[in-house]
Amino acid sequence: MDFAIGEDRQMLADTMKRFFAKEFDWEKRLKVIETEHGFDRAMWGTLAELGVLGALFPEDAGGFGGSAFDIGTVFGEVGRVIATGPYLGTLMAGRLLAAAGENEVLESVIAGEKLLTFAHEPAYDAESGDTRDVSASKSGDGWTLDGAKGVVEYVGAADLVVVTAETGEGVRAFLVETGSDSVEVIDYKLVDGGSGGELRLSGASAKELSAVTDEAIEAAKAAGVVALAWEGVSVMDELRDQTLEYMRTRKQFGVPIGKFQALQHRMATLALEIEQARSAAINAAAHFDKPERDRFGAAAKYTVARVGNLAAEEAIQIHGGIGMTWELPLSHFAKRMVMLGHVLGDEDEHLARYIELMRAA
Amino acid sequence: MNLEYTPEEEAFREEVRAFLKDKLPQRLSDKVRTGKRLTKADMEEWHAILNEQGWLAPHWPEKYGGTDWSVMQKFIFETELAQAHAPRVVPFGLSMLAPVLIKYGTQEQCEHYLPRILDGTDWWCQGYSEPGAGSDLASLKTSAVREGDHYVVNGQKTWTTLGQYADWIFCLVRTDSSGKKQEGISFLLIDMETPGIEVRPIKLLDGDEEVNEVFFSDVKVPVENLVGEENKGWTYAKYLLTYERTNIAGIGASMAALEQLKEVARTTKRGGTPLIEDPLFAQRLARLEIDLENMKTTNLRVLDAAGKGGAPVAESSMLKIRGTEIRQEIGGLMRRAAGRYAQPFVSESLDEGYNGAPVGPEWTGPVSSQYFNNRKLSIFGGSNEVQREIITKAILEL
Repeated sequence: MDFAIGEDRQMLADTMKRFFAKEFDWEKRLKVIETEHGFDRAMWGTLAELGVLGALFPEDAGGFGGSAFDIGTVFGEVGRVIATGPYLGTLMAGRLLAAAGENEVLESVIAGEKLLTFAHEPAYDAESGDTRDVSASKSGDGWTLDGAKGVVEYVGAADLVVVTAETGEGVRAFLVETGSDSVEVIDYKLVDGGSGGELRLSGASAKELSAVTDEAIEAAKAAGVVALAWEGVSVMDELRDQTLEYMRTRKQFGVPIGKFQALQHRMATLALEIEQARSAAINAAAHFDKPERDRFGAAAKYTVARVGNLAAEEAIQIHGGIGMTWELPLSHFAKRMVMLGHVLGDEDEHLARYIELMRAA
Repeated sequence: MNLEYTPEEEAFREEVRAFLKDKLPQRLSDKVRTGKRLTKADMEEWHAILNEQGWLAPHWPEKYGGTDWSVMQKFIFETELAQAHAPRVVPFGLSMLAPVLIKYGTQEQCEHYLPRILDGTDWWCQGYSEPGAGSDLASLKTSAVREGDHYVVNGQKTWTTLGQYADWIFCLVRTDSSGKKQEGISFLLIDMETPGIEVRPIKLLDGDEEVNEVFFSDVKVPVENLVGEENKGWTYAKYLLTYERTNIAGIGASMAALEQLKEVARTTKRGGTPLIEDPLFAQRLARLEIDLENMKTTNLRVLDAAGKGGAPVAESSMLKIRGTEIRQEIGGLMRRAAGRYAQPFVSESLDEGYNGAPVGPEWTGPVSSQYFNNRKLSIFGGSNEVQREIITKAILEL
């Protein structure tokens, strides 16, 4: 047994740490999240040059990693500084491009030239009060897409979108270029600082990603789950560390508040829970290529969401009023932590999924 | 035992409901119900309507414009207002300063300040917390030094809610540092227009600015603005913190919010079925409703005891803790119910008159902001940790 991350991945993590420390300090993040798309396009290009995006994909797809632990390493560092940018969309959509053998397109993404995101979940439709999804129809040699997708991360900045759509013979994935009249984007800021948008397609021409089946789409989402689990554990590490530091330095009643046993025990519980969450994230990565992938994925997403909420709420509460201010990084970590639970299914959805898989096993 | 309201209380409830139906502007209740931002003018409009009816300060003595209502009537009144989505009455002048003036102030102070609170001439804010004095409030450092017929005030207050609108601030200041920290505190009324006062907004995690820092540098305050005796301010502050806690659990607000949450759970589908049929969500919802039903009766029992002359100390703290936890949990479930649509944040959509395209179901617009903003409930007004200290002190008798 070996719980070390491995030399190459440690180098990647160190590279990212150094880069973020130098180019993405707190002031920078505050500025970046006020920009139109909530992330720094130039920084994205530099990260690509450093190989951060390539680490998300296997060699035969033009990357140099692609294992679950590679993904975890990248997203762990993203979480440590709550970097904004289309990391998750790049990962999931890129995995589908790789599955379809679209190496040329993927290379332009890995190089940071093209910005890619993933549109999978249906949009809310105000008229019907229900959701509206995308359907695909054959047109000549190609396909056209109609319908809508909701809360698509960084879609306002994306050049390319991988869109899932019902074909009549099952759900397939398609590649769509943004910028034409048939591709409408309504973009907005997200609670945790990045951006997202509603994607509306009306006769948008699209390229089918051949050989991409339900299973490939599920695998891409499973990769996303591993990514979010590792990101989440880093965010909670930060929440814990910042709170412990506050408990050492903030004085009330003449002593550091860390001297109060009521708070000590709560932090002990939180520390324990975070170690459980870390194990859940490791489990998810370790089973990524195994038959039990989805059961461990659901366990990880459930655990990280549950512990993440606890970490966010305890961190703010123990800080008191100052923990609620925009000025303190802590509140931004708390927002990111809670919002991670709203991506790719929440705590309850993953617990229900786990129950289902447990019964089937 | 009988948990029914008396016929008189029932009639009173009908009277309050009829008033709300008649006088609460739909525009205001819509804003409250949909989580839109209230402006200063909105709050003043509602105050004026209540004042017109003679119901702005029900807990004041009748001679100053209050009522002779029982604690149960006050509870019914507050609960009905919240359930009708009326704007919350701004408490600083009405519920925090006024009781102190009435009990410890001079006749002149009461006659001068109280009418101005009722008619909206003066907007008050609270100067208690300081950067170094939060839960340990008595360690406050803002100083007031007597010089002839003035105090000269220096220091800083923080978390001053709606201080940006205030004409006056009531402050706890240090007038003596020689003895025990509780024994050198005085209660001072300060005109916000006085030279040397600076108000700086604090941006909160939801991007809004509702609290402020207030800085005092050589601010001259006439000695007649002292309330009660010098160095006795801690007694008055404690009185203020324990006075009139009929609404501390926020039962009405929670009942209104729970109704809304259940409606959302019935109408929002996840994976084709309404959330209320999802066993996990339904379980969260049921636990919450049970807790709130229990809390209602706990609250009524405390009120009943208070009405018979009891002094509920531990019980008040229990109501504060569980009441805020329930409100936070309701907000948490609204956020959960929003699913992916908890993420978009269109700040402008929380202002009146916003015409942009809604993103996601309309009710999802404010849910994350409210969830994060509600973190304050367990922090302010004596944090829930401080409340637990109060409970253990009262029950442990060590």
